[in-house]
Amino acid sequence: MTDAALDKLLQQDYQHGFVSDIESDTLPCGLSESVIRTISAKKNEPEFLLEWRLKAYRHWLTLSEPHWADYMHYPAIDYQAISYYSAPKVKKQLKSLDEVDPELLRTYNKLGIPLKEQEFLAGVAVDAVFDSISVATTFKEKLRGMGILFCSFSEAVQEYPELVKKYLGTVVPPQDNFFACLNSAVFTDGSFCYIPKGVRCPMELSTYFRINAANTGQFERTLIIADEGSTVSYLEGCTAPQRDENQLHAAVVELVALDNATIKYSTVQNWYPGDKEGKGGIYNFVTKRGHCRGVNSKISWTQVETGSAITWKYPSVILQGDHSTGEFYSVAVANHKQQADTGTKMIHIGKNTKSTILSKGISAGSGQNTYRGLVRIAPSAENSRNYTQCDSLLIGDRCTAHTFPSIETKNQTAQVEHEASASKISDDQLFYCQQRGIATEDALSLIVNGFCKAVFKELPMEFAVEAQKLLGVSLEGSIG
Amino acid sequence: MLKIQNCHAEIDNKTILRGINLDIKPGEVHAIMGPNGSGKSTLANVLAGRGSYTLTQGSIRYLDQDLLELSPEQRAQAGLFLAFQYPVEIPGVSNVYLLKASLNAIRKARGEKELDAMDFLALVKEKLKLVEMDQDFLYRSVNEGFSGGEKKRNEILQMALLEPKLAVLDETDSGLDIDALKIVSNGVNRLRSPQRSMILITHYQRLLDYIKPDYVHILAGGKIIRSGDFTLAQTLEKDGYATILQEESVA
Repeated sequence: MTDAALDKLLQQDYQHGFVSDIESDTLPCGLSESVIRTISAKKNEPEFLLEWRLKAYRHWLTLSEPHWADYMHYPAIDYQAISYYSAPKVKKQLKSLDEVDPELLRTYNKLGIPLKEQEFLAGVAVDAVFDSISVATTFKEKLRGMGILFCSFSEAVQEYPELVKKYLGTVVPPQDNFFACLNSAVFTDGSFCYIPKGVRCPMELSTYFRINAANTGQFERTLIIADEGSTVSYLEGCTAPQRDENQLHAAVVELVALDNATIKYSTVQNWYPGDKEGKGGIYNFVTKRGHCRGVNSKISWTQVETGSAITWKYPSVILQGDHSTGEFYSVAVANHKQQADTGTKMIHIGKNTKSTILSKGISAGSGQNTYRGLVRIAPSAENSRNYTQCDSLLIGDRCTAHTFPSIETKNQTAQVEHEASASKISDDQLFYCQQRGIATEDALSLIVNGFCKAVFKELPMEFAVEAQKLLGVSLEGSIG
Repeated sequence: MLKIQNCHAEIDNKTILRGINLDIKPGEVHAIMGPNGSGKSTLANVLAGRGSYTLTQGSIRYLDQDLLELSPEQRAQAGLFLAFQYPVEIPGVSNVYLLKASLNAIRKARGEKELDAMDFLALVKEKLKLVEMDQDFLYRSVNEGFSGGEKKRNEILQMALLEPKLAVLDETDSGLDIDALKIVSNGVNRLRSPQRSMILITHYQRLLDYIKPDYVHILAGGKIIRSGDFTLAQTLEKDGYATILQEESVA
């Protein structure tokens, strides 16, 4: 932001604080066509979208919940016991950080979150000169001036319905899987982003700038379209631990990259993993997929998953355009009783396509970490190349790591490389650090960060620093 | 500086040290020599606080504290340094990062201000000269892909940086060619001071030609069977362990 713009902002009178109108209605629990019609009506959606939802819902009724990952244990989800629409909640306003759970504050401090942000996150009434709405508005105006559309999904449906209609469901059709289907029927909000031809988005787009970012919806829907020759870097999530009464989070994220366009999507997720027994944690069942539709397009997924009781996600890339590139960089932590089943699918269809997979799994406590990857080379995919490296780190003797790499090639010119390693944090390494005066927890953090370095390198800088601290916090107590 | 009294130590229920007595004053350099399996590395690990070893009898006092009360990192923060015989690799962690983390951890424990990146880099550049190493060495992962000589020089670099009061050098000469040995020895000698004591653990007399000790002890079967000044090393070189062991009726 220029000095002039900043000055202007600071001189503005303080506007209303961060309070949304309280809507007094919340739908009772249960799912039916009438619930869906109500949701669509409340959001004033155009006809095509209501029809789209209903079609998805009718299809969902014919599906049964997937249980192929039979080692994963979680109590059955009662879909009729969920309320599918509730008004944005006004968080109970606390007077100061003194009223906040000290454990939470300790975590914020360890993550290096500035005090003002801590107040905001914890729900303390913020008495700031400029608040998140003002900052967000200023940035959005600047982006709008460049033709970049960045707003909530609901807003996009109102303002840009043709774009939504053109691209929604083209990467993850409702029939794709059980949870994506449910999401298609009942999604409430998410992010929408469109970058016009030839435009390089000048800043990293973050969900923080979306209004009500801290209240993550249960069934989020995100759509990002990068038109020809454009570039965008998008950040999702935050390192601060987030709780939600809603256990099931089944989001859908669709990315579309046209000719010569690049989308970089980074996620740092630290949702409540449940108590030490694993109870009450969040289930993160999300479908994320990118479509390299255009020639020479590129989509990269970078994720650091340290939270959730169960993480079940496979951010994937369909490499349709010739010379397109897909990348997947991941650090997944499973500590205490967490279960993570994550990986990616790289589907090579066009010619001269390339994909890179770098997966780092860390298991500690009684955590279970599984990498599931698919590299599929279609007959049409001449000269495709894939490199996969999948490393597991085990801390302690009760955790597990599984790897299920799958390679299907139907074209003889394909070059596919796969490397895997499994290691433990060695006592020797820890002792070496201790003998150099470094305390055990810090030594562990040092070594684990070294293990994850290749992935952290791919994160936008602000996330990378937070991610390192987050790793330290999520592995506390795993040694000794 | 260090007082070991009647120290018995075991690992995996196997007794290795059977009554070690050693008294080291500030500024002194003691060499401990012995055949394989005599307990030299055990002694080094017991001093550093390696958890797998248990002291079954005896006491160790360091700077008038009970050493056994301190955790390994506390011992390091109190100025005890171990140059490892087989320095371990830590992939992904750059040398400079570990050095800085280590120095600052020790400074913090001593109540000193931690160094920022710039001051630290200036300091480390000075110390690099001591072991004749290049700057790009700092940016490699700790010990990863290092030659034997480089690993040992890295240990001495750390010693130069952390400025310990008591340095235990566990077979620092093993695996070194003559040139590397000279560089390492030179570095160690430049670190000698009246406030600093050293324990040199080695098989061979050769190291002691370069780093002249004040005292030499011969360790065999878990006990110190003979002590003397640096001429004892020459005697050992001439007569070999077998003779000395026989003379002391330990064989």
